[in-house]
Amino acid sequence: MSLNTEWNLGNAGDEIYTELIEAHAGLTETESRRLDLRLILLLANQVGDGAAIREALRLAREGLGASRQ
Amino acid sequence: MARYEYKPFPYRTPAELSGGAGWRWPVVIVGAGPIGLAAAIDLALHGVACVVLDDNNVVSRGSRAICWSKRTLEIFDRLGVGERMVKKGVTWKVGRLYHRDREVYSFDLLPEAGHKNPAFINLQQYYVEQFLVERCLQFPGLIDLRFKNKVTGVKQLADGIAAEVETPDGRYGIQGEYLIACDGAKSSIRAMLGVEFKSHIFPEQFLITDVEMKADFPSERWFWFEPKFHNGQSALLHKQPDDIYRIDLQLPPDADAKEETKPENVIPRIKAAVGERPFEIDWVSLYTFQCGRIDRFVHGRVIFAGDSAHVVSPFGARGGNGGIQDVDNLVWKLAAVMKAKASPALLESYNAERVHGADENIHNSSRSTNFMTPKNAFEYLLRDEVLSLAESYPFARRLVNSGRLSIPCSLAGFALQSRDDPEMAGAMAPGVACSDAPVRDASGRPGWLLDHLGGDFVVMSFGTPPPVRQDVRRLVIASEPIAGIETVCDASGLVAERYGGRDGAAYVIRPDQHVAARFAEPTAEKVATALARAKAEAA
Repeated sequence: MSLNTEWNLGNAGDEIYTELIEAHAGLTETESRRLDLRLILLLANQVGDGAAIREALRLAREGLGASRQ
Repeated sequence: MARYEYKPFPYRTPAELSGGAGWRWPVVIVGAGPIGLAAAIDLALHGVACVVLDDNNVVSRGSRAICWSKRTLEIFDRLGVGERMVKKGVTWKVGRLYHRDREVYSFDLLPEAGHKNPAFINLQQYYVEQFLVERCLQFPGLIDLRFKNKVTGVKQLADGIAAEVETPDGRYGIQGEYLIACDGAKSSIRAMLGVEFKSHIFPEQFLITDVEMKADFPSERWFWFEPKFHNGQSALLHKQPDDIYRIDLQLPPDADAKEETKPENVIPRIKAAVGERPFEIDWVSLYTFQCGRIDRFVHGRVIFAGDSAHVVSPFGARGGNGGIQDVDNLVWKLAAVMKAKASPALLESYNAERVHGADENIHNSSRSTNFMTPKNAFEYLLRDEVLSLAESYPFARRLVNSGRLSIPCSLAGFALQSRDDPEMAGAMAPGVACSDAPVRDASGRPGWLLDHLGGDFVVMSFGTPPPVRQDVRRLVIASEPIAGIETVCDASGLVAERYGGRDGAAYVIRPDQHVAARFAEPTAEKVATALARAKAEAA
């Protein structure tokens, strides 16, 4: 598996969590959704590795919605 | 188990009111809480006399500071009270986190062996104060503890301070070279001098309870996000000595303090948390949290330390521990200035270094409080997803924030520290608080490295004595005792490992056990320059 699920954020974890919240402040629900999607696309491009992104997608999808196949 | 017995400390008519001549005190300390008492002991260890003025005459009542960190215990060791605290306290290092009724994960705050002190002890503030008072009484010529002495006025003089004091026998005036204000979050000294305190207040409230019960809960910190037993809010449980458990329960911002603290409302909540077992309520209060500080901690001859200077929310145990680190940072500097061994410029470094420490504590405790109290649907959902990922994926566990527990801040980059030597490896860079490690002294007795550091400057070297030209304490880490010089043996190899200690390397260590400089190839010149810098001596 090429997806890293170990900690990789150094000392920046709490800061990034806070900044993520601040970025969403004052947005409508749709705008929030758009922010998240832009972020995902930007980060996916940064990651570059298709296998890792697919693995992340699979983990993120777990437990959501009706049974998927 | 008998409840803690609050014994009043005796009031004695002060010398100024019983015909004795009032003299000018080197240091006047206002507030006999943990911070003021620790400052008095530290000053006495430096041979500086002080008077401690407190408006009350008993130790702090109820549930206040309870978690004392490893660094605080190391400082308490230096003050001669650490072992007593650890013996009475409940030692813990594991924190366990729950989301709804599932355990998300647990963390170990001290995963490595070879340290004298544990990651944390839980000990009620009243015991801490009692032990510190009893230690103060061992310095009768140097510490004058005055209970029921309330400071009603203070003013700055050109070269000191003057204060007005009210006692059961009447009023008197007192003068000092310096005043340390350790009079807590509602500091009256701060108000009298018009020093502005800026803070952020969190709207959520927490019900703080101490409960006495027999339970076989392990010595761990348990934190729940949205526990089933508590109506979707946060809860925290800590074990304390004497079968006392501290339980913090988050309540909504509009909870009524008077209603919520009534026994008929508290008891069902506690029952829901601890199950059906006999218990007695020892203490209840409703707290709101704030995080903030004053702009500067040094105002002329008045120096603020502890809660009078900065206040944090309690999740992270950064209040009491931060205050003890203030004392550790301040007292050697103040003592050096008072003995004319350093210029008053050294005190400015207390301001810079501890404002930095306070900001780090405020930052951390604010973020923890934010994580615990989501403000809107987005924040709530984000936290929920972090908690759900944390059950399976290690990275998400580090995002869960139930309190970032107190660790000492690094003082790297501040004026007293030298730049790091790129040839040196290991975590003990300039600014860092020295790590402990097991050692054997010259007679082969096992002990701890930190017992050989602190109080004064120490130049510590590996293998051979350090090159020094001035009168400074030297410590050599060597396999064989060296005649005429303090030597300890690194039997386990952990000193060398933790300090990257190759032969010949030297560390310049401050009286508060923080690294000031380190050199792979020290010379007398380099050591002298580092020492001068660490004492704020003009170049």
